[in-house]
Amino acid sequence: MHFRSGWGLAVLSLILGLTGCGHQSPWNDPYPSAESGANIYYGSFAERPKHLDPARAYSADEYAFLAQIYEPPLQYHFLLRPYRLVPLIAGEVPEPVYLNAMGDPLPKDAPPQAIAYSDYLIRIRPGIYFQPHPALASTPDGGYRYHDLDLRDLRGIHRLADFAETGTRELVAEDLVYQIKRLAAPWNHSPIAGLMRQHIQGFAELAEQLGPWLGSPPLERARALRAARLSGVEVLDRYRLRIRIQGKYPQFIYWLAMPFFAPMPWEADVFYAQPGLAERNISLDWYPIGTGPYLLVENDPNRRMVLERNPNFHGERYPSEGMPGDAERGLLRDAGNPLPLIDRAVYSLEKEDIPRWTKFLQGYYDVSGIGSDTFDQAIQIDALGNPVLTERLQQQGIRLLTAVEPSIYYLGFNMLDPLIGGDSERARLLRLALSIAVDFEEFIAIFANGRGLPAQGPIPPGIFGYREGETGINPFVYGWRDGRPQRRDIEEARALMHMAGYPNGIDPQTGRALTLNYEAVATGPDDRARLNWIRKQFAKLGVELVIRATDYNRFQEKIRNGTGQVFMWGWNADYPDPENFLFLLYGPNGKVKYQGENAANYANPEFDRLFEQMKDLPDGPERQAIIDRMLAIVRADAPWVFGFHPRSFTLHQRWLSNAYPNQMANNTLKYLRLDPADRQAARIAWNRPVLWPLALIGSLLTFLVVPGWLAVYRRERMSAL
Amino acid sequence: MTAYLIRRVLYAIPILIGVNLITFILFFIVNSPDDMARMHLGQKRVIPEAIEAWKVERGYNLPLLYNGQVEGFRRLTDTIFFQKSLKLFAFQFGLSDSGRDIGYDISQRMWPSLAIAVPVLFVGLLLNISYALFIVFFRATHIDFGSAVLLVILMSISGLFYIISGQYLMAKLWHLVPVSGYREGLESWRFLILPVLVGVISGIGSGTRWYRTLFLEEIERDYVRTARAKGLPEHLVLFRHVLRNALIPILTGVVAILPLLFMGSLITESFFGIPGLGSYTIDAINNQDFAIVRAMVFLGAVLHILGLILTDISYTLVDPRVRLP
Repeated sequence: MHFRSGWGLAVLSLILGLTGCGHQSPWNDPYPSAESGANIYYGSFAERPKHLDPARAYSADEYAFLAQIYEPPLQYHFLLRPYRLVPLIAGEVPEPVYLNAMGDPLPKDAPPQAIAYSDYLIRIRPGIYFQPHPALASTPDGGYRYHDLDLRDLRGIHRLADFAETGTRELVAEDLVYQIKRLAAPWNHSPIAGLMRQHIQGFAELAEQLGPWLGSPPLERARALRAARLSGVEVLDRYRLRIRIQGKYPQFIYWLAMPFFAPMPWEADVFYAQPGLAERNISLDWYPIGTGPYLLVENDPNRRMVLERNPNFHGERYPSEGMPGDAERGLLRDAGNPLPLIDRAVYSLEKEDIPRWTKFLQGYYDVSGIGSDTFDQAIQIDALGNPVLTERLQQQGIRLLTAVEPSIYYLGFNMLDPLIGGDSERARLLRLALSIAVDFEEFIAIFANGRGLPAQGPIPPGIFGYREGETGINPFVYGWRDGRPQRRDIEEARALMHMAGYPNGIDPQTGRALTLNYEAVATGPDDRARLNWIRKQFAKLGVELVIRATDYNRFQEKIRNGTGQVFMWGWNADYPDPENFLFLLYGPNGKVKYQGENAANYANPEFDRLFEQMKDLPDGPERQAIIDRMLAIVRADAPWVFGFHPRSFTLHQRWLSNAYPNQMANNTLKYLRLDPADRQAARIAWNRPVLWPLALIGSLLTFLVVPGWLAVYRRERMSAL
Repeated sequence: MTAYLIRRVLYAIPILIGVNLITFILFFIVNSPDDMARMHLGQKRVIPEAIEAWKVERGYNLPLLYNGQVEGFRRLTDTIFFQKSLKLFAFQFGLSDSGRDIGYDISQRMWPSLAIAVPVLFVGLLLNISYALFIVFFRATHIDFGSAVLLVILMSISGLFYIISGQYLMAKLWHLVPVSGYREGLESWRFLILPVLVGVISGIGSGTRWYRTLFLEEIERDYVRTARAKGLPEHLVLFRHVLRNALIPILTGVVAILPLLFMGSLITESFFGIPGLGSYTIDAINNQDFAIVRAMVFLGAVLHILGLILTDISYTLVDPRVRLP
């Protein structure tokens, strides 16, 4: 009887499950049917975030979540271009006050060498509260509910949500000061600690002062950090603080728009440092505490991450100002409406392209990128050479958004190498010849499905200093024909090789083909096509390229030690300023000598002098003129083959509005609007179960089993006879 | 039997030390502590001081295997190998290099892996044995030949093909089940049915061929001829005699892998979005997280040894002639 009841239950469960428990929900819906009409955004992620501590996180995978939770003082305007900083938790965008060595104010146009300090006065807006969090829960007498936990209190506690009480408090200037001190604490391993110690006054001293605490118990470290003083960052009153920068560093303002500078309550550090919590995986790196529009309610990066509207969010309005055409595109329909517009966001881990793409086509993801395997299903090229959606996707109402990313991939020459590097004319001509020969237009077409823009220099479009049109091309590699840049003929490269003393690629010293080494990260057979392509590019000039494939660790080691000759690398901008690209070629930033980001170890005194001028100037004609000169120098010296700026292709479902590519802002979830009813209707229409195969399979099995059974029966009887 | 078990457990200790040492050497041939620090700190703007601080905090500033800076026994104990390995033998896996409790993560991720592996094993076992017996019943007929062809075809197809085809047909074309995902509780079957089905079908070819071979070996024995001579029907000969006597090699294959079931399957879990243990080790290798790598390899070795011991014990249960010395 029990057996039968169990099967009955199973069958009932199967039917209820398949029919979505009576709700209008497709059979293949991966989400609970109760969510079907809810205002929930569904996305995916392929790489789990490593860190959610704003002092440590520094990758796009991490910022996709972190930027919705934490709020730094500033943010990028959602719609306006060029990118513009606007206040977020700050009252206004701070203007630096320049001071001389005596502390006297200087005029705004004071020469950089006269400026000893730059003061940034930041005013935090009153009335901003942290998300509900146990670290801020209080007792009736005003103490902290969970700041004196022992192991008995932690019985039954496995997640942050297991703490029964939460609390909040108002954000004050001290919280931002505390976060800046956290950047200096050696145990937080902040990636920008090295940079900030060069700029924020007292930062290096604080890091040294905290050094001895590195091996101490976390609670002692947290208390020491709270008590420590950072001389260059001063609380002026409850809502105002002043950050003193050494000298002039105009780019500092951009850092104020990154999660590194999101305020942190000291209570969070003290709470998480208590014994027993780290062992339960309850840490700031796993459970953030911010002031942003969303809070993290589920952190299971092996399955899904869930954000939910922060009940304490201070409120923000959708921007009312946009670029020409934005209103027509519907991007200003929500102007002035309170943000965020979506209640909840569910991000599921999808490591493989195929299931992610299938679920997007079925309406279970609201946004998708395009993998190379599925590119042809999504995009076709029209008669004018522009990418357009395929007919099927157009019928589904899917929209394509493209944008050139503020990034560059380049082929670097090690300028310390005696053959390919240095400032000799012979090496320079060799590099120029190779710059013409390596056809990055072809590379983009073959390996990036056309999703890239050939680079004319280190600065990508959208960043000040980039020039459109004929004036912006690299004249050593391109000519201007038919209204667009055309790569110079390979014969010109051969002529350059001849001038360099390598006629037909022959090295006169050996009488054989010139041989160069290419350092590559190659981990699988997929890399072979790319490496073969690069070898063929060099072979056009008779140069033999030896591929030295290795893993990423060894590759980095070779670049650090300067033992490579040619390599490919890339850079993604931290902020939209040309300094963030041109510093990649600044001599004192060389990889081998200074452990900087100048992987080619390029050093040109004139370029360096101009860089030092340019970095301190505001955007304007003077700065543009200097950048033009710098680009002319670097194009002539050719320490890089300027590769390409990748172009992002993003697909959006028809029910998602206000989607707009903003390559600098990561906190754009709050602007998105959904139409859940349309989505649900589409999901039902697109995912009607097809039942005839089940009937067919059932019949087939019956036709196989019944004759099989009869055959056994007949054979048994035959044997018995 | 107790003495046998104690002896096997003691044999396991040098094996585990060896496995641990080999894992350690292989890992640090490829990755240095500096590489690990760079991986964990990120690739941009990392300074030497930050690398040193990371190593000090996690104990990777010590020499790998031999510390010439100290005296006596500490030359061996003040090393990364000793410091990181000792607690493993007490099954204290500690924290991963990213700060997570490894034991807790394993305990959370093993259940989804088991949710797939257990039904695949037992349904597959039932199906494969039944089919193999059916073929043996019709041995040397067209059914036997046709089945052999079918099974060889099934064996020759890549596991990935089954996964992609299953997702294409069941989820994309017929809209019967979700393509990928996972949910706990009663509704989990909607997400498990496809990976289990794929797992069972992809195993039919090799599984059935293997059991067919075992049964054919048994069916030629004298006791089978005797059973037939006594007039037993063929199905009783197969189920009562052939199957029972073929259980030892079947158990060898099945019991040995039982403890390893929760380790999961990398490709299946990756394609179906199952939050199991399948990718735990691979992710750790990619992230250069030595703490997880050593813990998982150690655990794998322990479970393998446990599986072999269980197999030996199970022999005594199914075959009264077997005695553990």
